[in-house]
Amino acid sequence: MDIDKKICDDLIANDVSFVTTVPCKQLAGVIEHIETREEIFHIPSNKEDEGMGLCAGAWMGGKRPAIIMQNTALGVTINTLATLTQFYRMPLPMIISYRGELREPVACQVEMAVHTKALLAQLHIPTYHFHWQKDVEEFDNILKYTFMCNKPVAILTDANFWGGYGDQ
Amino acid sequence: MIRSEILKEIAPILRDQLVVCNIGIPSQELHAIDDQPTNFYMLGTMGLASSIGLGLALSQPKPVIVIDGDGSILTNMGTLPTIANNVADNYILMIIDNGSYGSTGDQPTYTGKRTSLAKVAEACGCENVVECQDVDTGEVLQKALDSGKMHIIVVKCDSGNAKMPVITMDPVVIRHRFMEAVKA
Repeated sequence: MDIDKKICDDLIANDVSFVTTVPCKQLAGVIEHIETREEIFHIPSNKEDEGMGLCAGAWMGGKRPAIIMQNTALGVTINTLATLTQFYRMPLPMIISYRGELREPVACQVEMAVHTKALLAQLHIPTYHFHWQKDVEEFDNILKYTFMCNKPVAILTDANFWGGYGDQ
Repeated sequence: MIRSEILKEIAPILRDQLVVCNIGIPSQELHAIDDQPTNFYMLGTMGLASSIGLGLALSQPKPVIVIDGDGSILTNMGTLPTIANNVADNYILMIIDNGSYGSTGDQPTYTGKRTSLAKVAEACGCENVVECQDVDTGEVLQKALDSGKMHIIVVKCDSGNAKMPVITMDPVVIRHRFMEAVKA
């Protein structure tokens, strides 16, 4: 299965047309795919909270947004998630590269990985964890759920899901 | 002039436009001076007014004016390259630069010292960067609107706040009526 293509196809099928990204090695393929799809306006951001601001504006302007980011950035987005996305009740699918999980080669990444689910739980953000490639089948339902309930929703995608790190 | 005096003067220009207003006292002042459904008041999240406004401008055709501050731009400096590289000609970023963190007690910011936000914006690749004095704000803003080109306006003014009540409107109400105004 081409999971990069499947993620893009599901975004488009759910009318997501504004995507902001802060890159991660694991997300390179899906970001590349998004760049080629004319149905999606892709706007790279310099920091994840900035990206969430862009998404809030896009949604108020009538577009369905999404953010693609790394879990290590969760810390810098806590205030934005609480005081913008949640306080004003806005939907936001967060496709998150879950660094520091099984098959991770860089020890420092584990330091945020151990806090990732706890932080999301503390914020009461519905959280899904893609570990096997077949887990992507749930993505379409997760997007529908996000825009039904107008909440930020996290999809954690770990190294095993993306097929490991190759020769690292 | 202090910010509230500028807002009073430009209120007739802002009234018919979509406005995204910075957190804290700027939103309280705008709300007290001329509350409109076309105003989106930020109640939290320092620094993101320019980003919210850019997302909005890129997603629909109506002009968007962001009322931001020097402190907020400094806290989200990465916004300027994003703005420069994703040009929306319906976007005006107006930075009220009073060289201080007004909402927290007028502590000085670096823009009152050696840092020029206009030069930073230009270095980031922004076009149509205009620095003006407080008394010229209305004229500069109207000209930017009439031009149909993206503008970054840095308004140099005095530090100080007007005493205005806290906004008690529910955030979902602010957001909902704003979205209805966007669609109207």
